[in-house]
Amino acid sequence: MKYLSEFRDGEIARRIAGEIHRITTRPWAIMEVCGGQTHSIIRNGTDQLLPREVELIHGPGCPVCVTPLEVIDKALAIAARPGVIFCSFGDMLRVPGSEKDLFRVKSEGGDVRVVYSPLDAVNLARANPSKQVVFFGIGFETTAPANAMSVHVAKREGLKNFSILVSHVLVPPAIEAIMTSPANRVQAFLAAGHVCSVMGYWQYLPLARRFRVPIVVTGFEPLDIFEGIRRAVQQLENGEASVDNAYTRVVTLEGNQPAQKILAEVFEPTDRAWRGIGVIPQSGWKLNAAYSGFDAEVRFAVSAIGARESSLCHSGEVLQGAMKPNQCPAFGNECTPRKPLGATMVSSEGACAAYYNYGRFAETVEGNG
Amino acid sequence: MADPPDFNNWTCPLALRDYPNIVIGHGGGGKLSAELVEHLFLPAFRNEALENLGDSAVLHLPPGRLAFSTDSFVVRPLFFPGGSIGDLAVNGTVNDLAMSGATPLYLSAGFILEEGFPMASLAGVVEGMARAAQAAGVRIVTGDTKVVERGHGDGCYINTSGFGILPGHVRIGPAMAQPGDVVLVSGTVGDHGMAIMSVREGLEFDTLIESDCAPLHTMVRAILDATPRVHVLRDPTRGGVASSLNEIAAKSNAGIVIDERNLPVTPAVQAACDLLGLDPVYVANEGKLLAIVAPEAADAALAAMQAHPLGRNAAILGEVTAQRPGMLLARTPIGGTRVIPMQIGEQLPRIC
Repeated sequence: MKYLSEFRDGEIARRIAGEIHRITTRPWAIMEVCGGQTHSIIRNGTDQLLPREVELIHGPGCPVCVTPLEVIDKALAIAARPGVIFCSFGDMLRVPGSEKDLFRVKSEGGDVRVVYSPLDAVNLARANPSKQVVFFGIGFETTAPANAMSVHVAKREGLKNFSILVSHVLVPPAIEAIMTSPANRVQAFLAAGHVCSVMGYWQYLPLARRFRVPIVVTGFEPLDIFEGIRRAVQQLENGEASVDNAYTRVVTLEGNQPAQKILAEVFEPTDRAWRGIGVIPQSGWKLNAAYSGFDAEVRFAVSAIGARESSLCHSGEVLQGAMKPNQCPAFGNECTPRKPLGATMVSSEGACAAYYNYGRFAETVEGNG
Repeated sequence: MADPPDFNNWTCPLALRDYPNIVIGHGGGGKLSAELVEHLFLPAFRNEALENLGDSAVLHLPPGRLAFSTDSFVVRPLFFPGGSIGDLAVNGTVNDLAMSGATPLYLSAGFILEEGFPMASLAGVVEGMARAAQAAGVRIVTGDTKVVERGHGDGCYINTSGFGILPGHVRIGPAMAQPGDVVLVSGTVGDHGMAIMSVREGLEFDTLIESDCAPLHTMVRAILDATPRVHVLRDPTRGGVASSLNEIAAKSNAGIVIDERNLPVTPAVQAACDLLGLDPVYVANEGKLLAIVAPEAADAALAAMQAHPLGRNAAILGEVTAQRPGMLLARTPIGGTRVIPMQIGEQLPRIC
């Protein structure tokens, strides 16, 4: 694909990796915030080309992983109702709630459908006036504009049978939570390129100043990630701490203004629970008063549903970089990709699933010398 | 063949025209069933064994060992870019037979139809089967039709079973890969799965990707004529190249390492996969094969594949190793290594 294959060039990748080796003089811990970046790193073996001193910590930026258990349970309760068409992005279907997942609800008769866009769910609502169509609106700032747009369109058209179960989360408050955690080990961040394409990177300037932490806006292809790491290491080695944009082909300081406008019209900030981490103040979006009529939580009266996470699951510490997945006592025992305790073992970009698959390989490599 | 064919153009529709849709009686064994056979199945599949209309087909077999296989087809939508459930039902079983080194000869066809299924669509499916059978040189010699009540099926399900003959000396199987063997693929991967995905309800996207649905037994014949040292043949259908190679690694208790730079993927399939967050190694194929051959046979096998019309993009994908038995690894384009695990279920589109 034009404009993508250029950023997968092995020779240039090795050249940038060589440059990272050259400038690295001591250990550094860098967190890639976004699950898409984690996926790319695992998919390409990017970390294997880095110097031993550079440690990548997989951050809490996988929307599948951080959506709280009780929100999953609410989704399951709504999806099981007769007369409901429940629409979701594909990889949410296997995320375990307290007792089951959406696949199970589907097998028990729930009408659960995978869509690529919330606007497809709006189309379904138009085409099925006798059904209640609910979209599972999760994710970071990246997925939020389309979700906001779906509600906006539904309101404009007076669609009475469309609603959205919102559990949006935001990157800057998560970075703040990580940096103020006593167990924090993160010394620099690769900021999520697609989040910044929507929001710009002006929000990160005060964070870099306040915590004296380098933040590099980074893309997703192998060369993007090497370049992000190179710039982060360079700053760390020089004792600098600024926001640097290594994804200029997509991201500007101000971001996407029309997208931000629709977000401001539909959503307002709220405290939000993150799976495994807990409540982070003002770290999410919910529908504001003008759009609260489209809130599936209200429409289906599921607000009271609460859930307790497995005490065996340490995904919160993993997501904050305080624990490696294979240091978790449940890892590979009670918790495997086949029977995951937490979402970090479910998602292909979850840190635990990545470790599970890669770890098998690493162990046998050592075993074979 | 994205649109169901026009019933008016069907060759022998007169007796069926009273019923534009399947009714329960079409599976009842009475006059309606007989009309379906006489006016639809017989004209399409025409051959001597079928025309006897006995309870079983009686066949003459050439010498050799018998290969026997069965497969059921439930694809949705029934018609998709590059083929239909009818093409799949024939080629799927033909290819399963071919992967043991057999020459496919005869198929059975069992239909489970849903009450209300349009006769025109059934005609289109049957037409596809007839065309595919002719192209593959196999005969559909026995069949059955059942009708289930509306709401209890999804239009049309097909089961085909088939057998073929293979020479006594051929020994091919998924447990026979050995360290040092070379892994070849017969062409671009992911075409069928992405063609289906592009027309699946709710996920439609504009693309020119067509299913690669095709019979592979003549390519198998060409490979076996070029070299006897073929250890494993596999058509990587559901779960794609990744699942087939994982199965082979597990059954052979050997490791397999592929080089992703050598994996043939069309730009359109790669772009669609990137867009949807899918990995082409897990996407289904219906007209490709994986061959695992002794190292000294690799060049001959590759040349035979590339000389075949369906194998022009054939490539050497990797090798079998003694290390890491049971695992599939890939060397990535940037020089890293990754594990390609067996999928738990279906590959799910990623959120972002």
